[in-house]
Amino acid sequence: MKALCYVGTNKLNTERVKDPEILNPGDAIIKVSLSSVCGSDLHLLDGYVPSMREGDIIGHEFMGEVVEVGPGVKKLKKGDRVVVCSILGCGDCWFCQHDEYSLCDNSNPHEEILEKAYGHATAGIFGYSHAFGGYAGSHAEYIRVPYADKGCFKVPEGLTDDQALFCSDAFPTGYMAADMANIKPGDVVAVWGCGGVGLMAIQSAYLLGAERVIAIDRLPERLNMAKNMAKAEVLNYAEVDVQVALKEMTGGRGPDSCIDAVGMEAHSYGADYYYDRAKQAVRLQTDRPTVLRETIMACRKGGNVSIVGVYGGLIDKFPMGAAMNKALTMRMGQMHGQRYIPKLLEHVQKGDVDPTYMLTHKWSLEDGHEGYQMFKKKKDNCVRVVFAPSI
Amino acid sequence: MTEIKANKLSDFTKDDLHLEPEITGSSHINVGTTERIVSVAAGAALLYLGFKKFSITNVLLGITGASFVHRGLTGHCGVNDMIGRNTASREGVPVVVKKSVTIGKPREEVYSYWRKLENLPNFMKHITHVEPLDAGGKRYHWQMEVPKLGNKFDWEAEIVEETANERILYRTYNGSDVSQSGEITFRDAPGGRGTELHATIKYYAPEGYVGGGVAKMLNPAIESVVHEDMRRFKHLMETGEIPTIEGQPSGRENKNY
Repeated sequence: MKALCYVGTNKLNTERVKDPEILNPGDAIIKVSLSSVCGSDLHLLDGYVPSMREGDIIGHEFMGEVVEVGPGVKKLKKGDRVVVCSILGCGDCWFCQHDEYSLCDNSNPHEEILEKAYGHATAGIFGYSHAFGGYAGSHAEYIRVPYADKGCFKVPEGLTDDQALFCSDAFPTGYMAADMANIKPGDVVAVWGCGGVGLMAIQSAYLLGAERVIAIDRLPERLNMAKNMAKAEVLNYAEVDVQVALKEMTGGRGPDSCIDAVGMEAHSYGADYYYDRAKQAVRLQTDRPTVLRETIMACRKGGNVSIVGVYGGLIDKFPMGAAMNKALTMRMGQMHGQRYIPKLLEHVQKGDVDPTYMLTHKWSLEDGHEGYQMFKKKKDNCVRVVFAPSI
Repeated sequence: MTEIKANKLSDFTKDDLHLEPEITGSSHINVGTTERIVSVAAGAALLYLGFKKFSITNVLLGITGASFVHRGLTGHCGVNDMIGRNTASREGVPVVVKKSVTIGKPREEVYSYWRKLENLPNFMKHITHVEPLDAGGKRYHWQMEVPKLGNKFDWEAEIVEETANERILYRTYNGSDVSQSGEITFRDAPGGRGTELHATIKYYAPEGYVGGGVAKMLNPAIESVVHEDMRRFKHLMETGEIPTIEGQPSGRENKNY
């Protein structure tokens, strides 16, 4: 089959590899219909996530058709059209039983790597480095899905593939961001980053009762999407001082909840940005926490900071004094998709949210490298490049 | 009032195993220090002579030299073993491994799977075979393969004490090259989280002092093997399978990256 493989920092190549096989009883093989790029892939490509190996197949946000199931699979059958959660949860461990699937105790075969780096190992993720299990990713014609009964969700009749795809990762991540933001009626929520996850976080914040959502980015096309499709008020941080703007837009209170949908490769115009870039370049810190600092400074006293932008390692100049003295609640994590996906498919079916607008480019697997370059450089108003192996 | 001494405050001790391994086989040190220094020096001299010029005599000299060096470095001498001679005053230093894992299954279920030791190769990566040697189910023959080292080890071990669903205490015997003792305990985890499995293993490495030194360096690796095996046990008990990516496709099939 064809598969998009990582071959080195910022280098991808479409290769011919063998087809995946059932390796464990709970596995299924999915024929991939759509597989999306994700901002978190850029951290892998840019070399900020160690334990990538040359030849690894990347990609984790996908859907397709069940073509084979292992003997332990009970709920799925051949021919089912499914959207698959990008993070693997066994469904049986204490964490999965408590709906915290991204903390799964059993789905990561290489626990020792994260145990050294983080103290404990978290769940496996498709196509997301060997620290997160080393599972072959979805930018391929076929993919093996372990714990298939837990991670595959049948797409309801009447939904197109384009509508359902982002229920794999971007929508549950955005939704979990809003869920962790502890939104109460009348709340004002600020969302940093208007990529796929940020846009979904805006819409989810409204679903969960936010009165106003203010979105922050610098790319006009994304701010337009946030405004027109997701109905947010917008701030371009290239034009205005975000701290001043947020304070004045909220009567001096600051947003009740602040969502970081950017993560470790944040961009900004302040002096701290160049300081962080320099430290990251010489590997004195792995992550640039510009947005994280901003959320803490902007958040109202006693408010909530919710982090779904991905961080990988160590950060510097963390405003702990502000966080502590303002008594902020900080919640964060990789998304627990299995908890949210059925509900999100319902929202899409009812028409509450239609994430199709984020699918700006549909390309073939052969164009994988170019697709990522375009996505990375945010050219041609790109929000999400989606690969369709059938093209 | 009890006097509190430094380092005695903690409720955790790594080496709380009260059963010492029976030191046998090449783990045993039977050459004294002075004799070992002389052995290495003499062996080195013989090796030097042996390599100076090629002849049958020189090759024999070289081989003798090598065995002297080995005897000196390891502190173990096969000839001493045969003739029952021992010039050493102490043994090497044991290595202790302690690891635990919580398994979301009732204690009885966890214990009974483990206690049927023939099951252990199902999840212990390097153990290829565990076979009972007596009808009472106390003595077992173990076989281990470490493909990376190209080595096979085997040993016999005996369950010295056991309490059903709580504890297994074991020790190797019978001239084993891997002298070890260990305790496996099974406790209820708090809050209905299942079973805490605790393992404490103490071993003397093969080849005496040198083996001991190597074992110390290798200890993190051995700890991680023990830990990995315990986690694989958890995976198997909780989900009925052990996660793997062995056999999945990658771009590495085509090229030598």
